[in-house]
Amino acid sequence: MNTSVNFCGLNFKNPVITASGTFGSGMELSEFADLNRLGGVTTKGVAITPWAGNPTPRIAETYGGMINAIGLQNPGMDIFLKRDLPFLEKFDTNVIVNVCGHSEEEYLKAVERLNDSSADMLEINISCPNVREGGIAFGTDPVMVENITGKIKKISKKPVIMKLSPNVTDIAEMARAAEAGGADGVSLINTITGMKIDVNRRTFAVANKTGGLSGPAIKPVAVRMVYQVANAVKIPVIGMGGISCAEDALEFIMAGAALVSVGTANFHNPSVTIEIVKGIEEYMERFGIDDINELIGCVK
Amino acid sequence: MSDRRKKSVEILENVCLTSGIYSMRIKDNEIAGMAKPGQFVSLYTKDSSKLLPRPISICDITEDTVRLVYRVSGEGTKQFSKLVPGDMIDVIGPLGNGYDLDELNKNNNGRLTVVGGGIGIPPMLYLAKEYIRLFPDRKVTAVLGFRDKNTFLTDEFEKVCDVLYASDSGEIGIKGNVIDVIRNESLEMGIVCACGPTPMLRGLVSYTNEKNIDTYISLEEKMACGIGACLACVCKTTEIDSHSNVYNKRICKDGPVFKSTDIEL
Repeated sequence: MNTSVNFCGLNFKNPVITASGTFGSGMELSEFADLNRLGGVTTKGVAITPWAGNPTPRIAETYGGMINAIGLQNPGMDIFLKRDLPFLEKFDTNVIVNVCGHSEEEYLKAVERLNDSSADMLEINISCPNVREGGIAFGTDPVMVENITGKIKKISKKPVIMKLSPNVTDIAEMARAAEAGGADGVSLINTITGMKIDVNRRTFAVANKTGGLSGPAIKPVAVRMVYQVANAVKIPVIGMGGISCAEDALEFIMAGAALVSVGTANFHNPSVTIEIVKGIEEYMERFGIDDINELIGCVK
Repeated sequence: MSDRRKKSVEILENVCLTSGIYSMRIKDNEIAGMAKPGQFVSLYTKDSSKLLPRPISICDITEDTVRLVYRVSGEGTKQFSKLVPGDMIDVIGPLGNGYDLDELNKNNNGRLTVVGGGIGIPPMLYLAKEYIRLFPDRKVTAVLGFRDKNTFLTDEFEKVCDVLYASDSGEIGIKGNVIDVIRNESLEMGIVCACGPTPMLRGLVSYTNEKNIDTYISLEEKMACGIGACLACVCKTTEIDSHSNVYNKRICKDGPVFKSTDIEL
């Protein structure tokens, strides 16, 4: 049985990777999940300088999901390269570094610093709903998406994945813009902007007022968007949004995702990624699937 | 390396102590064997619409059981309160740093004062009992603050240490808060450990800072992962933290116990 997937020239032993921001840099979750079993680990977003993030409360539970407004807190590139990346190098898995920035210049500086690192691939976060500058501002205008993608591609020595926002009228248009800019792939969906009001405190449940909705509640939206994008572009797609079991992962794969990211489910069960890897193998065995690549985009 | 996991454990007891406060005992020798006062566990509901764990402080342990005293504050904890002996519950723990009892025993003039307010009281019982067990010649005083006459765990505190009370309604102890008791009694405090609502901690820390008394506080914040990965439950720090490289620390991983001078409330 072959579970491996070639994605942007890299071999992934299976299609299961982690979603940025839910797995830190792997250190904490490695106590609960053997990272060697995963296709890849996507790190929490890292910027060129440290970011303090938003005030608390930063999260709120919602029906079948949660809202977060962490605000891309990160220790900055120096510590990331010195401490976090070397930790991940010890594992036999691909490392996808999620990159964030307040401005074009910051994105480019971060990408440049990662050029000679051990990172296997970069995921550019142009879709965070919780920071005022950068983030989603770059990801909701196709001209800006194409422009920033082109500039990053020009300097990056690593494959570049653009992470797309669902908070747009037509996500396929954004994917085509990323493809036109030269992106090696796209990942979607980032969180859907939401709000929760705490009726007891009579205020917003998260201090940022709005936050990104994630978890099983958003999965049907995410599957639909992955299907649309996979049918709109030729570059490969990483699918995510509410995956919490092997069946969920397979939905995304059949909709056209070559890799799948597991995010919020890690909070419910920090070993869930391993269960999903096993569940996909069991599914393939049960249905006599020899090669997982047969399933990618099999639903037309 | 990847040897920790979420597990399903048996509930041995789940009783109501007073209005809205429940005491659950779960069976697990691993958690009981590793636990330290000040640590917590993540409890998960069986309701798949609620994904996130509820962090509950450890109130006591025996060789193979862990006692959790919790307040029903929403739908998730309400579901916990309905569970009966023999039911199973999903748990990860122990989590967080907990108190360093040897450190507490240094330069404290032979005294430890534990201060608890509301649902911050249960972890202080574990701390008081464990400290006395390890250092029987030391003196422990508990200062407990309740809202009204609906008290809990008081008998158990009184078995192991001196106890002073305050309540908002004045129905138990003095009418007022824990700081009022401490001031009224001019309490000799040694080292102070406290858990409770932020305004209480703020008042207490401002008092102990003024008197130059070493103080450790347990903090609480909305958590998602409970293991230090998601950066939801941070608190502000006075110095740049070595892990975050900014002025904050993770309550679930670097805490929940902090030296009061290291953080900004």
